[in-house]
Amino acid sequence: MTASALPARAVKAREPRPQRAREMAGNVGWGVLAWVVGIAFFLPVLWMVLTAFKPESAAQTWPPKFIFSPTLAQFRLVFSGWGPFVTHSLIATTVSTLLVLLLGVPAAYALSVRPVPHWRDGLFFFISTKMLPIVAAIGPLYVIALHAHLLDSIWLLIILYTAMNLPLAIWMIRSFMLEVPRELLEAARLDGAGRIREINGVILPIISPGLVSTALICVIFAWNELFLALNLTITNAATMPMFLISSVPQEGLYLAHLSAAATVASIPVILVGWIAQRSLVRGLSMGAIK
Amino acid sequence: MTVLEDLAPPPEVEVRLHTLSRRERWQLRLPLLPALIYTIVVTQIPFLVTLWYSFQSYFWNTTAGAHFNGLSNYKTVFTSPAFRGSLVRSVVMTATAVIVAMLLGVAFAVLLDRKFFGRGVVRTLIITPFLVMPAAAALVWAGPMLDPNFGLVNWLLQPFGVHHVAWLSTHALGSVILVMIWQWTPFMTLIVLAGLQGQPADTLEAAKVDGAGALATFRELTFPHLRPYIELGILLGSIYLVNVFDAVRLMTNGGPGTATTNLPFYLFQQVNNAFDIGGAAATGVVTVILTIIVATFALRMFARVFQFEEAGA
Repeated sequence: MTASALPARAVKAREPRPQRAREMAGNVGWGVLAWVVGIAFFLPVLWMVLTAFKPESAAQTWPPKFIFSPTLAQFRLVFSGWGPFVTHSLIATTVSTLLVLLLGVPAAYALSVRPVPHWRDGLFFFISTKMLPIVAAIGPLYVIALHAHLLDSIWLLIILYTAMNLPLAIWMIRSFMLEVPRELLEAARLDGAGRIREINGVILPIISPGLVSTALICVIFAWNELFLALNLTITNAATMPMFLISSVPQEGLYLAHLSAAATVASIPVILVGWIAQRSLVRGLSMGAIK
Repeated sequence: MTVLEDLAPPPEVEVRLHTLSRRERWQLRLPLLPALIYTIVVTQIPFLVTLWYSFQSYFWNTTAGAHFNGLSNYKTVFTSPAFRGSLVRSVVMTATAVIVAMLLGVAFAVLLDRKFFGRGVVRTLIITPFLVMPAAAALVWAGPMLDPNFGLVNWLLQPFGVHHVAWLSTHALGSVILVMIWQWTPFMTLIVLAGLQGQPADTLEAAKVDGAGALATFRELTFPHLRPYIELGILLGSIYLVNVFDAVRLMTNGGPGTATTNLPFYLFQQVNNAFDIGGAAATGVVTVILTIIVATFALRMFARVFQFEEAGA
């Protein structure tokens, strides 16, 4: 390989100018293509935000309007009606995420740092629950909730969202715990640290950025969830996705109002996702990809 | 550097397990128990109740209550064209969306793996569709984007001879799949991109020096390296996409007719429109059994992707 490598490199160093120019033009070409693809992919989001600032009459025109006098009227309308919905969403999302961390950290510890016998089966049990389609149990779930007096209650959503995100969180937290240097753990044990002190004093400070990204992933899934909310709540626990549905009236113009509601409902998760871009991959692959 | 995680703990931990006393074993188990019990109770009990109701006739809009009716719910499931139809549509929707999203994902990842001006911004633009609330994505596509009279898509396609197509009535299934692809391509892109960036640079350099063309390098080096990442993306994408409900409910409401009724939506209808808890339960049980069959293969794939077999016993 070295024999063939040397002449090749020598040729490259004395590369004639036109070829280098062509190479640079090629790179610019790829860059332009990437930008075109990116913008095309982003276009629906852009259109949603743009439409949100239109008066209703300007949102339904042919050809579609790109220049118009922007108004905040639709947002005012959204903010006048979203109160209960956003409160329910915030409660369901925050409490379920905290519960997930509370249950997930010890479980991940028992599956990584000081693993239980058959820890692999445990890991695969958790992941297998993500494969069971919850939709299959929706009828009975309704009946159970009815008898438990949990129908249309925010607690029902909290319980279900916790179960929905827990497997993901356990896999993810576990992958962070495996990265804690074993020497640190050994040192803590030699100092006589018990399990609790090992977790609180050594592991948690090291994996706290990982816990934050785990929490963000859980927030995204809980905030966006519609199926369970739609089936099991009516008014007392209706969440943001249901607010969106309520912004589509039976008749009359609504595209601008809908776009404003969709923008408001999506913005928190979009911002969270933009900030947490790096950990997004790791979370979505359940810790498989670092 | 990006690596796929190893599922094996350091060997000394494994060896020690045999020498543990009963008490020590319970001490190890204790931190796991709350999460384990919680997950078993919340995720398994509903399925046991589903099994129970699948042998009952129970319409929740009547006062008659539930009564045992043997296998008649199952007979309905297996003879009903509605169930078979929605099963087929579920498979078609999931497979099409996952495959197209993965193909686009690989292409986008290859683009993003190059250095160019504003790469971070383009990456951010491309991942955004995944972050849009699925309900919002469905409604925005159904309205401002695909509206026959005012939609942006028809306007953009006008130069190509497209005139006020009512996408949601004439191409309902395609429209729903389009939104699924739009939302999940970023996911595939991110996973494949992580794979590309984890590729050892020196191997690629060596290939270049040896005079290998870009295509040959991709086929011989990059693709084999990407394979586990692609498998992981397909697997996880399928798990989520097979349950797609928001786009169906909010774009087409399963229609026109049953053109976009997939299994989740069919189950939703059985409970919400037909009030048929027993029938929905039987459909659910059959769905779960089918899922278990598929999931057995999926889990095996999962183990392989996580290099379980090499690392494990």
